Amino acid sequence: MIKNRVAVVGAGMTLFRRRMLETGREMCWEAAKMALDSAGLTLKDIDCVVLGTAPDAFDGLHMKGEYLLDGAGAWRKPYVRVYVGGGTGVFVPIAGWWHVASGLFDTCLVIGEEKMSPCHPHPQYAFSTIWDPILTRPLEPNLIWIFALEMHRYMHKYGIKKEDIALVAVKNKKNALDHPCAQIPAKITVEDVLNSEVLVWPVQRLDISPVSDGAAAVVLCSEDVAKKVTDSPVWIDGVGWCLDSTYWTNRELAYPKYVEYAARMAYKMAGIHNPPKEIDVAEVYDPFDYKELHHMEGLQLARKGEAPKLTKEGVTERDGDLPINPSGGLLGVGNPIAAAGMMKVCEIFWQLRGEAGKRQVPDARTGLAQAWGDLMQVGTVIIMRS
Amino acid sequence: MSEKIKEYPGHPLKAEDFKEGKVLTTKWRPNAKYAWSAGIAVSRFLKELKNGRIIARKCNKCGRIMVPPRMFCEWCFKPTDEWVYVKDTGRIITYSISYISAERGRLEKPMVVAVIEIDGASKNMGILHKVEGVDIEEAKDGKLFGMRVKAVWKPPEEREGAITDILYFKPLEEEG
Amino acid sequence: MSIEKIRDPRDIKHWFGNMEADYIYTLGVAGERFFREIKENAKIFGAKCKKCNIIYVPPRMYCERCFEELEEWIEVGSRGTVYTFTIAYVDENGNHLEKPEIWAFIKINGTEGGFIHKLGEVKAEDVYIGMEVEAVFKEKEQRTGSITDILYFKPIE
Repeated sequence: MIKNRVAVVGAGMTLFRRRMLETGREMCWEAAKMALDSAGLTLKDIDCVVLGTAPDAFDGLHMKGEYLLDGAGAWRKPYVRVYVGGGTGVFVPIAGWWHVASGLFDTCLVIGEEKMSPCHPHPQYAFSTIWDPILTRPLEPNLIWIFALEMHRYMHKYGIKKEDIALVAVKNKKNALDHPCAQIPAKITVEDVLNSEVLVWPVQRLDISPVSDGAAAVVLCSEDVAKKVTDSPVWIDGVGWCLDSTYWTNRELAYPKYVEYAARMAYKMAGIHNPPKEIDVAEVYDPFDYKELHHMEGLQLARKGEAPKLTKEGVTERDGDLPINPSGGLLGVGNPIAAAGMMKVCEIFWQLRGEAGKRQVPDARTGLAQAWGDLMQVGTVIIMRS
Repeated sequence: MSEKIKEYPGHPLKAEDFKEGKVLTTKWRPNAKYAWSAGIAVSRFLKELKNGRIIARKCNKCGRIMVPPRMFCEWCFKPTDEWVYVKDTGRIITYSISYISAERGRLEKPMVVAVIEIDGASKNMGILHKVEGVDIEEAKDGKLFGMRVKAVWKPPEEREGAITDILYFKPLEEEG
Repeated sequence: MSIEKIRDPRDIKHWFGNMEADYIYTLGVAGERFFREIKENAKIFGAKCKKCNIIYVPPRMYCERCFEELEEWIEVGSRGTVYTFTIAYVDENGNHLEKPEIWAFIKINGTEGGFIHKLGEVKAEDVYIGMEVEAVFKEKEQRTGSITDILYFKPIE
């Protein structure tokens, strides 16, 4: 059934910033070229391309996938754009994995890109059509409402305080100081988070990742080609994805079941039975600080309600037993929606190769990257091994 | 990565670069207007709201009574079977307090929004709506979880068959 | 399987709304340079890929075929040939135009690129594929760094 084992052999990314001069195409090219160069390959070696980019409404460009095509290196190649909201960043390498694992192609270039800056008055406005137009939009919601509702439910169900959640923002922004592309790395304290502007209680300004422009890319190869290209391929051993419905007011928001299902699918494929022990490093989707905790539990890396305890005890620091988001995550590096998950995939790649420099987690052999998105409904998980 | 690569590509800009004309731009405002069909289930739901009632839909296979109503059950993947009137009271399952508007400006008065589990519908069948008549400090202390609330309706002549025919939900005074 | 039918059309609700946002696009690394030359100097530039032997107009940051960065920019002039054209009798909303407009793809001589633009100072019946044309620019004070800094292309005598 699976014809080829698939390896990641190169990675690249642009700076993540609030607004970039580059058009979306130019950012794709910068990331893709860097990934190819790092693998010692050229565009001629690439059989197919998969691109992930989130709502067309950000750039105001219809058919965004086709517009970005030439920058993605897909000129006259088999090409497809995939999109599951914020989950796209990990879904796109999964889609690339299908292309190679099926035996249909030997090499695949995978790119995640987002240009959020053209949308005014604020990119958040592009989300206005995420809501049900009849039952929700007339109430004039803003996007942060749903995060606040989910965060509050999570805090209430497990008795978690804001101080515990703020530790995640402190950790990730600190980790981002060592990431060369990071948009808002910083040394902050729990007090800084608790004193920041209240947007929609309990969400405050420093609980949230920024709006960003950016792109990231990886090159995938089948086993035979990977062995010729590099001495240190990083194997994709597990993939999983799962979606829930958009009836988000009809489910228990304190626990992301769809993330659990995606994780179980990936763990089964990778032969992992005890995730907290067998995963050496994890990049967990953190658009808000509480989401890192929420997802850790969905990923079975912590028991329900216990993720804050692990954070408090330092278990999730780079030198802890289960380092989470050594890159600095979305909170520190930035959140260009589809490229953010790809940044995490690149990070795991570099970690497993021992190339993460100051961010390096010692002895990282098995890594996990997870993304999440849409209307609180999609989980995407990828497991890699060196 | 960081060891082998010296420079990461990208030309970042600042907000001032746009204001000071340091960078060229093209502007556009799309003028797209929509007439979204409510569909069979929500058309009835809206009609009942005009009459001051909330209606749900039942699937006889899984037994769920669903709000908002839908013509097929997404769990059983079959058509739903009956209309069921539910109450206009409920319980707050989660809530938040917004200080910002849809356009990210500051609101004059903070607004409480909640997911309210409707009495008569299945567990966790909530709808999103506003809540008024609560103390903001108590709300921040987490005191509103599980609070019983009741819908406050627009006067009948002002209702138009919209979710806003319910103005908001307010705390329900229990009898003794 | 019984399906509910709605018999009275007044029972079918529609909800009206719009998608409102303003978009401000940057022109990109290549676009910024290209349009500055048009704005300041009324000059049209292309970018050359030596490997593939192509000159892109408008210029790009990279070659779509070999993926190399394009560093060589060449002034390509403002003369071209009508590659194809059409005559529009309705505007973008489908309303009748008082005076029909001639739209063409003008290939810039010596390059693989060109522009979609208007043809001016010519009668519709005199236009033909292969006609030689030249760009007419706005006065410098009126140029903003946009494709509309070119008013139209006119036939070369």
